[in-house]
Amino acid sequence: MCSQAVGLAAAELERQSISTVAIQLLREVAVRVRPPRALFVPFRHGYPLDAPSEPGRQRAVLEAALAMLEDPALRPPALVDL
Amino acid sequence: MGDLSELSLKDQLFLRAYRWRRIEPVPWTSLRKPLSECRVALVSSAGFVLPGQEPFDAKKRGGDPSFREIPAGVEAGALIDTHRSRSFDHSGMRRDPNLAFPLDRLRELEQSGRVGRVNRRHLSFMGSLTATGVFVRETAPAAARLLAEDDVDVALLVPV
Repeated sequence: MCSQAVGLAAAELERQSISTVAIQLLREVAVRVRPPRALFVPFRHGYPLDAPSEPGRQRAVLEAALAMLEDPALRPPALVDL
Repeated sequence: MGDLSELSLKDQLFLRAYRWRRIEPVPWTSLRKPLSECRVALVSSAGFVLPGQEPFDAKKRGGDPSFREIPAGVEAGALIDTHRSRSFDHSGMRRDPNLAFPLDRLRELEQSGRVGRVNRRHLSFMGSLTATGVFVRETAPAAARLLAEDDVDVALLVPV
């Protein structure tokens, strides 16, 4: 449900001319809901940035999200695996 | 990994039958300038609130579609978990809210110059929404307008 909510919010932000990346914890939800840019992460629910108190691992997830924004080859809906 | 199989059988059955809301058409805003010049905001659905803010309503049928504004300068440790779902482990994000609301990580990205500026506020939702009508028609557009008024260029969205 959380993955759907952030996907729907991302769509509204994009309609307001804000570029987005939505982290997704369930691939099948990302495929069905279709956020504009979705980064699928292989972590369990409650752990979207990998691990608590692990700044380096959290940064790696955010860096992958930022890289999606800079990739001119992506087209909507874009789904990338971490 | 994030997989339906980690949920209870009851939750799995519900989600397999659930009609997910498909985004159609898919909107798209390309980056208009380098990230090092962009203003960035966070949008988390982890159900965090600050002391003094009203907790998300755990009893609202279909889920609470409201949101809270989180000022950029707050300490991550001040965030309070009010997410109603029992289907995931809350212990990690309670120990380190950056796990689901990466305030410190975004500040670091600003300090390093990777992104231009942290927006003055971020947004917090509780993502446990089975009924998405009000969220799509009212809440999400209102939230997006706030960030548009702030001239936000980029939003990073984090579910739990």
